[in-house]
Amino acid sequence: MRTWRTLACIVLVLVVGVSLAANWLTPAGYAKQYREAVAAPPSHQHWLGTDDIGRDRFARLLYGTRISLLLAPAAALLSTLMAALIGGLAGYLGGIWSRAAMAVTDLFLSLPWLFLLITMRALMPLNVAPLVSVLVTFLLLGLLGWSSAARVLCSSATTLRNSDFVRQAKASGIQGSRLFWIHVLPNLKPVLHAQFWISIPVFILSEANLGILGLGVAEPLPSWGSLLKELEGMVSVGDEPWKFVPLILLIIVVTSFQLALSNPDEVAA
Amino acid sequence: MQTNWKRKIAISTLCLMVLASSALAQGTLRFCLRWEPKTFNPLQVEEDASQAIRYLTGGVLVRLNRQTQALEPGLAESWTVSKDSKQITFKLRGGISFSDGTSFSTEDVAYTVQQLMDPALHSPTGDSFRSGPGNVETKIISATEISITFPAPVAALDRQFDQVAIMSRHSPKKEMAVLGPFMVADYKPGSMVVLKKNPNYWKSDEQGRKLPYLDGVELDIQPNRDVELLRLKRNEIDLINTLDSDYYDKLEATSPQVVHDSGPSLDSEFIWFNQVAKSPLPPFKKNWFRSANFRRAISEAINRDDMAKIVFRGHAKSALGPVSPANKFWFDDNLKPTAYSADAALKSLQADGFRFENGLLKDKDGNEVVFSIITNSGNKYRERMATMIQEDLQKIGIHVNVVTLDFPSLIQRMTQTFDYEAILLGFTNVGLDPNDQMNVWLSSSENHQWNPSEKTPETAWEVDIDKLMRAQASSADPKKRKESFDHVQEIVVEQAPFIYLVNRNALSAISTTVHGANPVVLAPQTYWNAERLSVRQ
Repeated sequence: MRTWRTLACIVLVLVVGVSLAANWLTPAGYAKQYREAVAAPPSHQHWLGTDDIGRDRFARLLYGTRISLLLAPAAALLSTLMAALIGGLAGYLGGIWSRAAMAVTDLFLSLPWLFLLITMRALMPLNVAPLVSVLVTFLLLGLLGWSSAARVLCSSATTLRNSDFVRQAKASGIQGSRLFWIHVLPNLKPVLHAQFWISIPVFILSEANLGILGLGVAEPLPSWGSLLKELEGMVSVGDEPWKFVPLILLIIVVTSFQLALSNPDEVAA
Repeated sequence: MQTNWKRKIAISTLCLMVLASSALAQGTLRFCLRWEPKTFNPLQVEEDASQAIRYLTGGVLVRLNRQTQALEPGLAESWTVSKDSKQITFKLRGGISFSDGTSFSTEDVAYTVQQLMDPALHSPTGDSFRSGPGNVETKIISATEISITFPAPVAALDRQFDQVAIMSRHSPKKEMAVLGPFMVADYKPGSMVVLKKNPNYWKSDEQGRKLPYLDGVELDIQPNRDVELLRLKRNEIDLINTLDSDYYDKLEATSPQVVHDSGPSLDSEFIWFNQVAKSPLPPFKKNWFRSANFRRAISEAINRDDMAKIVFRGHAKSALGPVSPANKFWFDDNLKPTAYSADAALKSLQADGFRFENGLLKDKDGNEVVFSIITNSGNKYRERMATMIQEDLQKIGIHVNVVTLDFPSLIQRMTQTFDYEAILLGFTNVGLDPNDQMNVWLSSSENHQWNPSEKTPETAWEVDIDKLMRAQASSADPKKRKESFDHVQEIVVEQAPFIYLVNRNALSAISTTVHGANPVVLAPQTYWNAERLSVRQ
């Protein structure tokens, strides 16, 4: 298991490294339209061919990977922090605080988030740069994605609150925020860690789904979502296998994340 | 001996005729409806699926020939329209019966018109006849003659009756008693509609054979276009009425004999800038968008040929103006294509005080030229067009943000908040007559998209368009109407309130087992002559 984990980490590092080198590997950039070579198959000039308006698919894959891989962890961090604050505090405080926080969490879980995202996108100002649209998309994903993690953290914090060492700390006179920050939160770290890693592939896939609906990252900026959009419909499938490369990369990255975050001790047990 | 030969020849000829007629008489045409039909009542039709059923089952007084674009007699053998376009008199054919056997008469026409104009029924078809307040009067002149008088002139009055399927006054089956070539035999919601030959259909072909040739039509309800294409490939359906260019190419690669490109359709794709005075845009942007020079420059900077070649894979033509060349009579032949030239665009902009500096375009006050183009999300063709415009305008230093919005949000910005800068959309035109576009061109209209519901026209050219559109609407002389509408088209191209991009081609697929098919650009493109189609089993 450790070998797989190491391998997954190497793959992730490689993917991130190559995507960060996109400027050097594909100097023409992701937006240039080669209008005389539209929907071209892979060639020496365009390793993965060109898309429907002649943009180099390899360049778009590298830049899209960079965007998805850098911003998904950022969104995951945001959602995990929110989950830690809301779920952790609710579990630690207990009583009415816990019930209120869990009611809010349930409300968030029951929200039709897709429609909410569509509505929020519609309310956004129109003249935003593509980069801002990317940041907003992932910010929204982060802000809306904390609720499941909050439930897990609330439950863990409740267990911690009733644990012997916390009771002992209380008996020693440690109270309030000091107890939370020093004794409870550090012990939530393994759960937070797991929630963070789990969220990354979830956000990558969410952005991909939004991209397929045309609501993710604005043109001409690429993302995995906009690249996967090429696979919609039978027209694209079959004759042009190179269009599957973004999907394959997505599967590899998501699997690598899953392997990288898995705890070898738990598996061994 | 001679008699024997004659007998043999006669018997052989008879056999051949029987075989030929049986070959023609047998066959069921199968194709897909992309939506569930909402109604079988021909007066309540408002969407494509119900329209298809109305077209195949409904009998109309006059029929627009989809190929020649001329009006032809239907249930009425002749008709006259009064000079003021308020009254139409039909002379009906005799001896016609509905599918259930009840006879067709002037009473049925009167009944249909009353139903059509009944405010309680809210007939979408009736909307095109509601030109003014007051009641519609029907007068039965004789057993075969009826006149219908409207309270106000109705534009292209006779052509509007192409959409009015006559209903039976006396049949207990009501809308299921039809006068068209087919009648509804079975309906399985969510699955299929089965039409069978109307045994009482009145038409015969030139050889005196009763029409339709087909035994029936099977309409499968199938919203998924991939599945539709797959079913055509498997010979499970016989035609696809409208194909996207991607699907066309895919099918052409394997079955070139099946696909048909009928040339530019009536549909057009275009962009327009927000010129609404009360819109929440900064004043300097309003000034850009209200400048004809600016709009013309944008028009010149867009490479339409690339768009037609790339986005529609060559199955589109650069648009010349508001009317597609597919509209044979009303298209203005004098219009010249807008030549693509970034240099010419920059010159036009310089005339308005814009400066091109370090790859950026700035107005005379130093504002960088940046605007957004909205289009509806999920429409890959429009998304591609917007992205191509983005790159074209980048060459003259204009930065365009492409925004895809869900359709309701787009409509809200377009019609209520006016919080947008430019929109890329398209018209799916079904009508040929300019009167069908009155609601777009009159400055007072709500659908005058670039600046709706103007109390008085805000520009001199809009005054001219208003006058010309009213002039053509009130004239009964086709030549004078054409002159007026040609002038409107020229003003629109000159002022560019809409920047027309492309007219997409009418693409369809028809199996080689279907005989008599002759796809055209007007809907229904492939089965407009359904009564003369036959399918080899």
